[in-house]
Amino acid sequence: MLNYIWFGMIAISVVAGILTGRIEAVTAEAINMAKTAVEISIGLIGIMALWLGIMKIAEASGLIRIIARGLKPITIRLFPDVPADHPAIGSIVLNMSANVLGLGNAATPLGLKAMEELQELNPKKNTATNAMVMFLAINTSSVQLIVPATVVALMGVAASQIFITTILATTCSTVTAIIMVKVLQKTRRFRLEDES
Amino acid sequence: MIESIVGSLNAGAIYIIPLLLVGIPLYALAVKKVKVYEVFVEGAKDGFTIAVRIIPYLVAILVAVGMFRASGALDLLLGLLAPVLNLMGFPPENLPLALMRPLSGSGSLGLLTDLVNEHGADSMPAKIGATMFGSSETTFYVLAVYFGSVGVTRSRHALVAGLTADAVGALSAVYICLLLL
Repeated sequence: MLNYIWFGMIAISVVAGILTGRIEAVTAEAINMAKTAVEISIGLIGIMALWLGIMKIAEASGLIRIIARGLKPITIRLFPDVPADHPAIGSIVLNMSANVLGLGNAATPLGLKAMEELQELNPKKNTATNAMVMFLAINTSSVQLIVPATVVALMGVAASQIFITTILATTCSTVTAIIMVKVLQKTRRFRLEDES
Repeated sequence: MIESIVGSLNAGAIYIIPLLLVGIPLYALAVKKVKVYEVFVEGAKDGFTIAVRIIPYLVAILVAVGMFRASGALDLLLGLLAPVLNLMGFPPENLPLALMRPLSGSGSLGLLTDLVNEHGADSMPAKIGATMFGSSETTFYVLAVYFGSVGVTRSRHALVAGLTADAVGALSAVYICLLLL
């Protein structure tokens, strides 16, 4: 899937770049973005270290297990393949809470921790599990309660008006994401080979 | 009423991180006698490896997205989609943002800034745009970073589900704003 989309984007870009006479800009942007990707990754190190350190304390003190147990009724339905007391559930719940509260900086490290723990349960390391896809889809559809700070800065007073609309729209997209994942994971094209 | 709720939520948000930073170690130290400093350093070590591990995935995705944007292919796609979306009552001003949102966070913030500057923060296109921006994530980036961090290359239905959710999110942003504001 990603193979075709990735190649398709590059191929279309080169063709479109030649047709529109912007091929030099395409080359420049490719090199520029390669640099940006590394800058973003390196820039993540400090924040990652901070939150992973705090997470380790939360884990060692049993806090994560308490939180995971509290939200068991929800997580067991969303992630039926993950044992309810597995540390991954704790990280998933914390990542979602960070997203809901608009703490983007904290959400990514928590999310990556969750992925690492989900990977422990994965029999085929290069292939995403159902739980991973569900977790990712919920993340990309962005469950958010607080309007992002950048939007507040940009919109000024009008930001209060988009508070409700943002919650409603994000609810629609998250519900869609969950339904899509649940439906698609059973289709012949996407299901895991050992399930039939 | 909504203004005061938003105000207090956003005012409260600045305390969340400091409270977590003090609250978690406090509970660990006082209740469970965890060696907080040592455990923190132990956990923080992973920050470097994870950040470095995602580099190749992020390069792959961001380069493709950057090329797509710079080549004008996004504009061509806009031209193709515009007639269909016009039929559905989708405002043409908001179309570039809707397409950009899953591809690039900085790109879509730029487009939202344009909408606000051009129409004013109080205008319908700006409100729809801000709702779109706030209600969705940069799907391609999240996919690259999350799967990249554990070395998953076969993402199965994640992209289809993510992009469908983005489309529904963008459409509902439009209809909800037109209905409520």
